[in-house]
Amino acid sequence: MRASAELYRKEPEYMSINRKELTEIAALAKLKIADDAMDEIANSMNDIKAMIDQMDEVTAKGVEPMSHPMDMRQVLRQDKVTETGHQAELLALSAQADETHYLVPKVIE
Amino acid sequence: MIQLSIREMAAMLRAKQISVAELSSLFFDRARAFNQQTNALTKVCCDISADQLIQAETMLAQEGHVLAGIPLAHKDLFCTQGLRTTCGSNMLKAFIPPYDATVVSNLKSQGMITVAKANMDEFAMGSSNEHSAFGAVNNPWDLTRVPGGSSGGSAAAVAARMVPVATATDTGGSIRQPAALCGITGIKPSYGRVSRHGMVAFASSLDQGGVMAASADDCALVLSAMCGHDALDSTSHVDAQWSWQLPESNSMKGKKVGVVTDWIDGLKDEAIKQSTLEAIQTLKDQGAEVIDIQLPHAHLAVAAYYVIAPAECSSNLSRFDGVRYGHRSEDCRDLEQLYVNSRTEGFGEEVKRRIMVGTWALSSGYYDAYYLKAQKVRRLISQDFAAAFKQVDVIAAPVSPEVAFKHGEKSEGVSMYQADVFTIPASLAGLPCLSMPVKPAHGLPVGLQLMGNYFDEQSILSMAHQFQQVTAWHQAMPEAFL
Repeated sequence: MRASAELYRKEPEYMSINRKELTEIAALAKLKIADDAMDEIANSMNDIKAMIDQMDEVTAKGVEPMSHPMDMRQVLRQDKVTETGHQAELLALSAQADETHYLVPKVIE
Repeated sequence: MIQLSIREMAAMLRAKQISVAELSSLFFDRARAFNQQTNALTKVCCDISADQLIQAETMLAQEGHVLAGIPLAHKDLFCTQGLRTTCGSNMLKAFIPPYDATVVSNLKSQGMITVAKANMDEFAMGSSNEHSAFGAVNNPWDLTRVPGGSSGGSAAAVAARMVPVATATDTGGSIRQPAALCGITGIKPSYGRVSRHGMVAFASSLDQGGVMAASADDCALVLSAMCGHDALDSTSHVDAQWSWQLPESNSMKGKKVGVVTDWIDGLKDEAIKQSTLEAIQTLKDQGAEVIDIQLPHAHLAVAAYYVIAPAECSSNLSRFDGVRYGHRSEDCRDLEQLYVNSRTEGFGEEVKRRIMVGTWALSSGYYDAYYLKAQKVRRLISQDFAAAFKQVDVIAAPVSPEVAFKHGEKSEGVSMYQADVFTIPASLAGLPCLSMPVKPAHGLPVGLQLMGNYFDEQSILSMAHQFQQVTAWHQAMPEAFL
């Protein structure tokens, strides 16, 4: 892992989120942003970006990232089936399913 | 009756001065009657079920079940079997879970009676409870004002005593801030104390279930029953079981309370500052030693939080794809449209904004600069607390820099996010923390926050309980709901 001051240098092209970038982010997030809402969302994300840029105040060089409040290891269990028989009630939650599958629009022509 | 503590209600039930059916009817009626004014509940159950009634009565006939027959509401993100769980979202407006959250089943097994599901900001994202697909919640102290959020429905329901107790969750302040703004007591336990199984996820490394009630003692009794290790949650702590020990006296002698002077000096609202200082003076008067402490990186907590929480939210909410459960768009010719249209129609604006921020912060080229940096800042904040708790037992602080504001006065976004400045630091560190009512300001409730060391809920609840033995702020109720 690099932990140099270089890592935290602000890149000029990162300075603000534009419409093109917003469209790309929305595509990744599987969301559609209406054209007339673009500017408002871009502005609000840029406000948030300015706020989170306050972190530049510290370099945090050499600090170990904290991903979780508990220092814990991944919990493992035996690879054994513990619960069965819920298929029908789980499939019933879907808007469209047959007796054994979730149904979606045709994927392959 | 509605102003009695859990212990007092339990004593009356045991002495047969009131039956389980009568007590629950009282609260079912209040829940229905006051929901038009407060909109605190997304669903009031029809009535007590025969199973619940029999179980509570059987338990009352035995010793040691103080919660049997006590009514409660669950925040509408705890899955309740056969009972709609909406998360305040159109995405889940028709979702009926096939199982109970562990919190729900733990409290059911103690004989508690589910009265209602409580309204909330959509997917627990918000500080005003104006972002619910089921409408804004009104603060019982002034219906033109917000109750805080995201557990605003739980807080308003307890403040108006539509229920004596409600479950809630806290990611960056969602229990403490609404508890403060509604004049009740609310505790967010240590991360890992309460199972997250069946609790719809927002930010998994921060979310923690907790409880709201009038007093610290009520909260502590319910927390004792909610908590414990759960094999169904891999982040549940193996030593999560805990049992509340009522303090033997009101003396805080020998206890050290840390105060971040800069936080209190920085309060712009003089009345809130005075209420906070008077409450700290009361702790002193009861024998506590007050010590100035520093949390040098805590002012960066909001910035780090608004990277970490949206990042985790964008990941967690990717499960809502319109396929397996939740809203499915009728306008979808292919699979991509099914995903995009279902999510675009199902999520509200604030949820979409946070998903976008999180997706952006995790995207290629930004991960190191934002997400990794935020995790490092989180470590620095956690280390600040570790250093502070070498000097003190409890940290006392404001909860919110302001009292409940008017509906529509603030739009969501950076200005509202900054109001979480005092609650987010303990969330990032995973520490137990509570809000308890102190002297009101401008005729509206104010809370004092007590933060404790990891897994030391006992110290903060003891101090809150001792404070509540010599003050009466937690007993105050909005007149319109008496």
